[in-house]
Amino acid sequence: MTILVIAENTNSALAPATLNTVAAAQKIGGDIHVLVAGQGVGAVAEAAAKIAGVAKVLVADNAAFAHQLPENVAPLVAELGKSYSHVLAAATSNGKNILPRVAAQLDVDQISEIVSVESPDTFKRPIYAGNAIATVQSSAAVKVITVRATGFDAVAAEGGSAAIENVSAGGDAGKSSFVGEELAKSDRPELTAAKIVVSGGRGMQNGDNFKHLYTLADKLGAAVGASRAAVDAGFVPNDMQVGQTGKIVAPQLYIAVGISGAIQHLAGMKDSKVIVAINKDEEAPIFQVADYGLVADLFEAVPELEKLV
Amino acid sequence: MKVLVAVKRVVDYNVKVRVKPDNSGVDLANVKMSMNPFCEIAVEEAVRLKEKGVASEIVVVSIGPTQAQEQLRTALALGADRAVLVESADELNSLAVAKLLKAVVDKEQPQLVILGKQAIDSDNNQTGQMLAALTGYAQGTFASKVEVNGDKANVTREIDGGLQTVALNLPAIVTTDLRLNEPRYASLPNIMKAKKKPLETLTPDALGVSTASTVKTIKVEAPAARGAGIKVKSVAELVEKLKTEAKVL
Repeated sequence: MTILVIAENTNSALAPATLNTVAAAQKIGGDIHVLVAGQGVGAVAEAAAKIAGVAKVLVADNAAFAHQLPENVAPLVAELGKSYSHVLAAATSNGKNILPRVAAQLDVDQISEIVSVESPDTFKRPIYAGNAIATVQSSAAVKVITVRATGFDAVAAEGGSAAIENVSAGGDAGKSSFVGEELAKSDRPELTAAKIVVSGGRGMQNGDNFKHLYTLADKLGAAVGASRAAVDAGFVPNDMQVGQTGKIVAPQLYIAVGISGAIQHLAGMKDSKVIVAINKDEEAPIFQVADYGLVADLFEAVPELEKLV
Repeated sequence: MKVLVAVKRVVDYNVKVRVKPDNSGVDLANVKMSMNPFCEIAVEEAVRLKEKGVASEIVVVSIGPTQAQEQLRTALALGADRAVLVESADELNSLAVAKLLKAVVDKEQPQLVILGKQAIDSDNNQTGQMLAALTGYAQGTFASKVEVNGDKANVTREIDGGLQTVALNLPAIVTTDLRLNEPRYASLPNIMKAKKKPLETLTPDALGVSTASTVKTIKVEAPAARGAGIKVKSVAELVEKLKTEAKVL
């Protein structure tokens, strides 16, 4: 068995979710190869070669792969994937965008967002916004799988010394092109990788009030998240959304401030180790999953919390 | 241009589902069913394209049981022109659905196909991408903005770090994210009119598509329950507990 892991990268850096995906590959067992597709990805390939447990790194360096356009990357992965038993990618926006296209090209079903490996062909994944866990078994010749990063502890980024090999397959399919991007700038830790996450909801009342959460987060070294209500109301950008349709987080500590706790929000954070809820409505559903609940006005509690930690 | 919209009948998003005691699945008997929320956004976008004069006809398609006609009628009441139901009592995997949709695309020849980014029951997030692979069309997934200019569509996508805009050659596949638009409600007169709009029923066999799958569900369990939490009286007590009891600070 040989497993192909698609490296999540920004051309210049390897994304941490790749380490969790390699961890899932190790649970399956067998040789692990990592594919780095992008433009000018020399440094990423070297970082990938150092990941503990990786046997080989394949590098596809081509301007057509620079922005991870699925029309260009999927044919490359499908072509390479034919000779592997498993093709894995992190369930990031790129992984979710590219991998189903690969699976259909290989004429196999894809298994989305696995949270555990039961055996090389059997996996667990959450369905119905995490309200049920399905165990699924695949008989496909190539098992195409996306991995939920919070389900697996990252492998060490150092310690390996894999061989690096260039692959020249694929190119521009001529169906799509990159126009531009608008990335949110933040000095805080990345939401999906942070040890502590402080999230605000509709109870924050406006975007300005999020500054209370930013000060608290900076003191804790935490990332700041939000509920859909806060994003839809325009308080914060959408890439901060935690939930079924946003990001899935499982930090050591999740502090939910002014969040009622709808099913869709809980789907994104209920695997956190410790959950704290601060809400003035003591009937709010968030208190049913919170380890520590504080019924209080957040505008008094948050500044006090910031002083005490 | 012709726009094809795919809609799915799913359990209503407000329902908290229960796992069946025999672990064969979730209990959907007597549970409220609705159109998948992302599919509502897809229908709304198609209707807005028609209102702008970009789209000339909206065909809405669903793959599912006979009762999925209700969701198709809802789409017709929202502004779709006609509906196609590919009737299948089995619960189909995304690849099978994508193959059936490919057959409908071949038949209808739309310039744009709009789907939701994921169904809130299976949470797969696969069908649109798979349909794009099978048709060979470009894909604009997780769209928060769609602009059609001549033979191209500019799609702004929600990605992990922010937003990305791509230009797609038409015909193309677009999957909707939550912020693409706010779906309208169907008015009573439109619900009445929708009853008279055409609804064609097909079967996978008639489309010549095999719905066999390489993945089977062995069991479905309830997630591990969290231990009961406690309510603290003050911020000081909260910080104290986090430091000494939970040891996370």
